[in-house]
Amino acid sequence: MVFQQSKWGKAILYFLLFAYGCVTVAPFLWALSSSFKPLSEIVSGGINFIPKEFTLQNYYDIFVKEPLFLRWMYNSALIAVVATVCNTLFNSMAGYALARIDFAGNKIMFILILAVQMIPGQLTIVPAYLIMKQLDLLNTYAALTLPMMANATFIFMMRQFFLSFPKELEEAAEMDGLNRFGVFFRIALPLAVPALAAQTIFVFMGAWNEFLKPLMFMSDKSMFTLTLGLNTFKGQYISHWNYIMAASMVFTLPALLIYAFFNRFFIKGITFTGGK
Amino acid sequence: MAEASSWKKKLKNNATGYLFLLPTILVLGTFLFLPVFYSLYLSGHKVNLLGDVSYKWIGVNNFTRMAGDERAWIALKNTASFALFVVPLQTAFAIMLAVILNAKLRFKNFFRIVFFMPTVTSSAVLSLIFMWIYNSNGLLNRVLEFVGLHGYNWLGDPAVAMKAIMLMNIWSTAPFFMVVFLAALQDIPDALYESAMLDGAGAWRRFISITLPLIKPATFFTVVMGIIGTFQLFDQSYIFSAGSGGPNNSTLTVALLIYQYAFKNLDFGYASALAVMLAAVIMIVTLIQRKLFAEEKLN
Repeated sequence: MVFQQSKWGKAILYFLLFAYGCVTVAPFLWALSSSFKPLSEIVSGGINFIPKEFTLQNYYDIFVKEPLFLRWMYNSALIAVVATVCNTLFNSMAGYALARIDFAGNKIMFILILAVQMIPGQLTIVPAYLIMKQLDLLNTYAALTLPMMANATFIFMMRQFFLSFPKELEEAAEMDGLNRFGVFFRIALPLAVPALAAQTIFVFMGAWNEFLKPLMFMSDKSMFTLTLGLNTFKGQYISHWNYIMAASMVFTLPALLIYAFFNRFFIKGITFTGGK
Repeated sequence: MAEASSWKKKLKNNATGYLFLLPTILVLGTFLFLPVFYSLYLSGHKVNLLGDVSYKWIGVNNFTRMAGDERAWIALKNTASFALFVVPLQTAFAIMLAVILNAKLRFKNFFRIVFFMPTVTSSAVLSLIFMWIYNSNGLLNRVLEFVGLHGYNWLGDPAVAMKAIMLMNIWSTAPFFMVVFLAALQDIPDALYESAMLDGAGAWRRFISITLPLIKPATFFTVVMGIIGTFQLFDQSYIFSAGSGGPNNSTLTVALLIYQYAFKNLDFGYASALAVMLAAVIMIVTLIQRKLFAEEKLN
């Protein structure tokens, strides 16, 4: 501990903790409160967090005014689920092969995986668009899911995980006549659940929150994801902050709820990837 | 016999190994590896998108063009000043929050969950929320007026528009790095602090001579990730300025400029050349960082 546990020291720490907590929560609460206010109250510019005139009309209106909202939500969910399922499976398979299977070129593949991590995203966006265009995949779900189906950072994480894993279990299973695939799916994967959970959340959140890729690949409004739809919606209802905040909340609350339930996996996931 | 079976086993291992890696090789190969070479190729060409994609070799023209491109210089300046401002502050805030959360306090798990909220919210939503707060009639200006300061036209005034994005960015990224520092802090044995206390070292002294040196790997990680992240700033600039980088180019970043050249002007060759330059800058900065930190470890 840096700090001695003196009375004053503690009081200062609690104060800082509380103060920063307020700084973090205030924007969310302000957005939530604005989403329950009628336009007249929004325009008047008061700073009351509790609406003078509480209304659910904004939430009703946004779905009526923008019928594609549900469609965008469906698109986002579908893309995020497909990306997450494939990503966790393929990353684990790759990580397992690198950690456990003695094949020619194992070292080179591992070095390539490490190298790929260093490629800045901006370098790939223009060519990625041209590749999608030439594969005729623009405005399809495949354009958003395919590039997100494997991730070098998580492959590295899974490799480290499987390396630290007792070999005896797998050897015993092989004696019992399971082949490599059997060993992987029945023994290794079920035991990797904690590492998979951390990954699942990160990949899902990453896909759900992605903005640039849908912006590039999707021009057909019905193929928009929620992030992109939200931005278009803002363009149409530019000073209707009550609508924009209601739409933002519809989009954010599910993610925050998921986070609240699984928060311990987040922390674990970062410590997995971060500098270790 | 034995030789034949070991040969067979090797073959089987190779086949299984590559089968396990096949999806990864296809995905990363097509969408990460290939694009790197494709961008290098594009950066030396003029790309025509009408009908079938066609390319015309123009040598280093795309690169020499940058020197005279005023907006490219503005974007680079904006991006660099963004990184210079945001990276140190987000690192400092992350360390401060981690140190506080690492003290023996009640409710700290609750606060940890709360602090982390911005990190799991999409930048699109955060940008909208902050645009509403930064509105000239919005919460921030009202609070500033309340404490006797004057407000700004945060989104419309070129002098402060980028500052507004910086503040929001620090607010939303510091908690992520806080978790990295928390893990590093938990690895420091309490005994070190206790013996320093016996020697009469105060809290600040202990922080400077024990904590900071021991969390150096986490600091390195944070600074490198911070630089990479800030140099790629796109979402927030795009949403705040509705894609223009305005007002008066004040929120124009390199990533936004690349996007504009590619998707507004359909100048894919020049956009790729800019992306290659950006990648080179990021890599050089990372290597310099790595060198600096590695040398310090030796001393």
